[in-house]
This record gives sequence, C-alpha cells and structure tokens, in this order.
Amino acid sequence: MADQKKLSLIAFSGDFDKLTAVFTLATGAAAVGYEVNIFFTFWGLDAIKQKRGRSFIGGGWLTKLFGFMMGGLSVAPNSKFNFFGIGPKIFRHLMKKNNVATLEELVDAANLLGVNLYACEMAMHVLGLEKKNFIHEVKDVLGVATFLEISEGGRTLFI
Amino acid sequence: MATHTLDITKEHCPMTFVKTKLKLAQIAEGDILEVLLTDGEPLNNVPRSATEQGFEVLSIEHVDGNVHKVTIKK
Repeated sequence: MADQKKLSLIAFSGDFDKLTAVFTLATGAAAVGYEVNIFFTFWGLDAIKQKRGRSFIGGGWLTKLFGFMMGGLSVAPNSKFNFFGIGPKIFRHLMKKNNVATLEELVDAANLLGVNLYACEMAMHVLGLEKKNFIHEVKDVLGVATFLEISEGGRTLFI
Repeated sequence: MATHTLDITKEHCPMTFVKTKLKLAQIAEGDILEVLLTDGEPLNNVPRSATEQGFEVLSIEHVDGNVHKVTIKK
C-alpha cells in the first residue's frame, strides 16, 4: 500500500521501561494499520537477543563480558528504581496484576503483527554480536543510509 | 458466514487494538466480529481504525454501563 502510514523507531536504550515504550508504540501502531520499523542499536540490541537471560556472547573476552553484563530481554534493568534488578520484577508483577501486557507479550505481539525488526551493523560489530545471536524475526542488519531510506515519508522516534 | 466475538473490556492500550487486529486477521472474509469494549480510547479508536483498514463497521451499540458492542464485517 503506497499510502500506508509509517512509524520508525530507533531503539537505543536497553532499559526495561524504555523498551516497553518502544514495543507499546510499535504494536499499537501496527494494530491500527501502520507499517512499523524498529532499528535496534547499542543497548537496544539486548531486546532482540535470542538468549533472554545472561550469557557470554560476543567475539573476544571483553565483548563476552559485556554481553554477560548487558544480558537479554528478561534481565533488562529499569532506567529508574532498578534496585539491583528488583525494580523490573516489581513492574512485571504490577503489569500482570493490572492486566497490562508485559514486555515479553508485547514483543510476541509485535512479531505476530509483522513489525519489521532491524539491527544496527556498526553496534553489532562493536559488541561482537552476529545476526545468529538474534531472534529469527530480525529481518536484516542495516546501516544509517538504509534506515533513512526505510523510514522516509513516515514518523521517526528515538527511544 | 460466521460470527465471532471478542471481549477486550479488561484489556488496556495497546492490547485492545492488538487483539482486535489479530482476531480480524484470523477470521474469514465476510465474517462478522463483535467486539465488546469500554468507552474512552477503545470506543473512540477501534471502530475508526477498523474503517481505516478497510473493514466495515456495521453498528455500535451500548450494552451496559461503560460497555459497548462494535460489530465489524471483514
């Protein structure tokens, strides 16, 4: 559809709360008929790792250590009130209790709705990550030029 | 032509839209979907976005309290 509305998100943060904002916007927009693209870069790449906990992925020992400290979606820290990882657990509890979709549910919904997920080539290189480390829904590995081309004509947000 | 129902009265944004969209994707062309939703954001936007995406909104009825029923044809 040529006249389809479009939303492109740059997911820079790997924080639990900010990723919740990314996936809330993405699923909501996709559900009301938008084409949605998410470009994951730097800490944001944690959200699309296949291993959602902590694991030593990365090329060298330094990136492996980084990979472990950053972890995946289920260990994403809060940007505020993290309390050494207890903060996100409290949020998940509150979200379930109030019947609000959790981050994992939103990611699943985004995949069902056909949200386009892209990973930043440069950040992957720095962090020693490869496409095979990501969930298979990640469509492609891109750079700035391609992202600009994809997001052309729509709205873009940096989170 | 089958009639399906979806209750999103307990859902919040964005799952109200997400569940409606996914249900509409599942049902066959020509089928009817009755969506139970609450007023405010869902009532204002579920029928509007369904129309925008080419579905036909047949009726919007008040059911009870703040619950409404939106009937959509795929």
